Amino acid sequence: MAFISSGYNPDKPMENRITDIGPRKYDEFYPPVIAKNNGKWLYHEIIKPGVLVHVAESGDECYTVRVGGARLMSVSHIREICEIADKHCGGHLRFTTRNNIEFMVDDKAKVEPLIKDLESRKFDGGSFKFPVGGTGAGVTNIVHTQGWLHCHTPATDASGPVKATMDVLFDDFKDHRLPAQLRVSLACCLNMCGAVHCSDIAILGYHRKPPMIDHEYLDKMCEIPLAIAACPTAAIKPTKVKVGDKELKSVAVNNERCMFCGNCYTMCPSLPLADTEGDGIVIMVGGKVSNRISTPKFSKVVVAFLPNDAPRWPQTTSVIKKIVEAYAAGANKYERVGDWAERISWERFFEKCELEFTHHLIDDFRDPAYYTWRQTTQFKF
Amino acid sequence: MAKHATPLLDQLESGPWPSFVSDLKQEAENRAKNEKNIEFQVAQDCVEDILGILELSFKHGRTHWKHGGIVGVFGYGGGVIGRYCDQPEKFPGVAHFHTMRIAQPGGKYYTSDYLRKICDLWERRGSGVTNMHGSTGDIIFLGTSTPQLEEIFFELTHNLNQDLGGSGSNLRTPSDCIGSSRCEYSCYDTQALCYTLTRDYQDELHRPAFPYKFKFKFDGCPNCCVASIARADMSFVGTWKDDIRIDQEAVAGYVGGEFAPNGGAHSGRDWGKFDMEKEVTGLCPTKCMKYENGKLYINNRECTRCMHCINVMPRALRIGDDRGLSILVGAKAPILDGAQMGSLLVPFVKVEEPYDEIKEVIEAIWDWWMEEGKNRERLGELIKRQGFQKMLEVTNIKPMPQHVQEPRHNPYIFWKEDEVDGGWDRDINEFRKHHAR
Repeated sequence: MAFISSGYNPDKPMENRITDIGPRKYDEFYPPVIAKNNGKWLYHEIIKPGVLVHVAESGDECYTVRVGGARLMSVSHIREICEIADKHCGGHLRFTTRNNIEFMVDDKAKVEPLIKDLESRKFDGGSFKFPVGGTGAGVTNIVHTQGWLHCHTPATDASGPVKATMDVLFDDFKDHRLPAQLRVSLACCLNMCGAVHCSDIAILGYHRKPPMIDHEYLDKMCEIPLAIAACPTAAIKPTKVKVGDKELKSVAVNNERCMFCGNCYTMCPSLPLADTEGDGIVIMVGGKVSNRISTPKFSKVVVAFLPNDAPRWPQTTSVIKKIVEAYAAGANKYERVGDWAERISWERFFEKCELEFTHHLIDDFRDPAYYTWRQTTQFKF
Repeated sequence: MAKHATPLLDQLESGPWPSFVSDLKQEAENRAKNEKNIEFQVAQDCVEDILGILELSFKHGRTHWKHGGIVGVFGYGGGVIGRYCDQPEKFPGVAHFHTMRIAQPGGKYYTSDYLRKICDLWERRGSGVTNMHGSTGDIIFLGTSTPQLEEIFFELTHNLNQDLGGSGSNLRTPSDCIGSSRCEYSCYDTQALCYTLTRDYQDELHRPAFPYKFKFKFDGCPNCCVASIARADMSFVGTWKDDIRIDQEAVAGYVGGEFAPNGGAHSGRDWGKFDMEKEVTGLCPTKCMKYENGKLYINNRECTRCMHCINVMPRALRIGDDRGLSILVGAKAPILDGAQMGSLLVPFVKVEEPYDEIKEVIEAIWDWWMEEGKNRERLGELIKRQGFQKMLEVTNIKPMPQHVQEPRHNPYIFWKEDEVDGGWDRDINEFRKHHAR
């Protein structure tokens, strides 16, 4: 393949350089019905799962068909999305913050042909390309991170567990039977690029073995003080080690103090943590970001560890399915998972979800831990 | 014919949910066929190698990607994340496979024309594999080589009027909810504010000068669809000060069953007849509502604008007219010292161009954080370390009960000398005249 220049001249990088222009302006891309009615919407309705109508003061209507999908997307797939947008939506579309795609039309008559087209498209492997759903009191798409596909610190994959989980929750993607919306998120390590800490159900990758120490290379690859400073529990200290006949500067790790966060590895590639048996998944529940009825909540750890049983993570998906079913059966209308657990009590939550309560689930990390213990005689037997 | 056997990944092709494996395979095939005779600038079979290396991770239960290394475009300190694989001999197509972040448009609205141009560029100069979108909001280009970075940047800026997003210790690409463009709940134009601040702070976005990452997110209402309150160092959440607008006829429509509650969100199950007490007034967190003689009353002064009643009856209830936003600060994911939710700093500010009042708060916060923040210390951690009071001092915001859930539990107040009459310098001999040793 021959190198093709864009016009950039590496000898004169500042020549014709354009910088700091930011993103394209949002309203360049508005469909006409959006441009016309911005700020003048009256109300909306979900006609059926995945299909919304927004009605403007002008009487204009915007029909939206929402479809799920993998956020990992090839240009071939994006071009197919473009083709659909051209065919049905005047070339307009948008994405949601949860990786759904929304196709908007300005006439009810255009909705059914659009849905028919979307639902008819399948990948060669048999899965839907554009399943319609993800609205209302159901499950919508999972927000997630890179995982084994493109990240250097993950303790689990992202796209794999997401696909496996959404296959299991697929009916609820296309339905409104749950008491309220249920948001599932995945982060492949506790950096939580996916900010899963406020989700109804969070799938979190976690390491369980302290870092290995690549003494021979550590001082060459890393700034030792930075690696030491990176440890939140002060488990790393400088040391000298003998490798062969050489004495090398390196670090020592107090394994007892390690919380397996991987922050040292982020600063120093000579401290890898990843491990087939050590790595796996933590399940957290009951978080939310909305201020509706109750205030925003953090998710709580309810399963301390599940193994990376690739390619379909059956142990993770079966725990999630149990939680969803118990929630669907027990919660009141409008009650989020966390609100439900708090109303029935966490002791009942574990009972109803058939989850074992273990010592790992009692907080022992610094001051906030105290506020999670029970300082009352009010509890349930 | 696939380059690598992928028996584990193949098992993710079945099932109804869109399969990323099928999509990658289709891309690998299209690149192999190359019907448009594209002169690929990175390995034609790189998507085969993505599948191969991912299969190996599925087998090992461990990633095969290494740390970044410093790569980027001239003059910027962000927008490109270096990525190398640890098995370059087996998977040469992804040996150097950097990520680029492309600043997404507000509301993530697109035209097919624009997306096609993005695809053409990325197919030619990269792997053709993207994330639509990354967690922060950017379009993510997954996988290209170092020599292509400047070429891609040049084409983006010259042909597509498009810039890179943020990464590293700088302002990350701000993101917004759909806002007033298509949502009746939105209390301000999230896209207008997000775009203006993104443009005004391009220097902070591209040239790392901060202690760590910094995120802005813009939610149009307290439903917080973009999760700003959980993950943005500064979270801008729309709100209002006056009365919720009530259409009593539409209220009757809900009571009578003419309109489905919550915009039809609960249509998958028979929840019985709509019950105003059980579904709305009884769930109101401040109990500031009542439904009497066929009329709904709201004591707006006691309302905390949780959105529940409006969510349940969008045809009958509408946000107030005196709109603005609340600013919450310090949210972050758990690394390192535990997760933090945003804490309320500015209860209400009008959203009016050129947004000077909002920018004053932002810049006061940045001045403080850049001066006092330690390396890799998020704003939320600095607030914890130096105290909420200190933040009020540097932003010149008057303390008010709205700032706290409840007053402090201990009396250990760090009184300052100038707050105590007479100061701290006292004469011990004078004291001893009245108090024997």
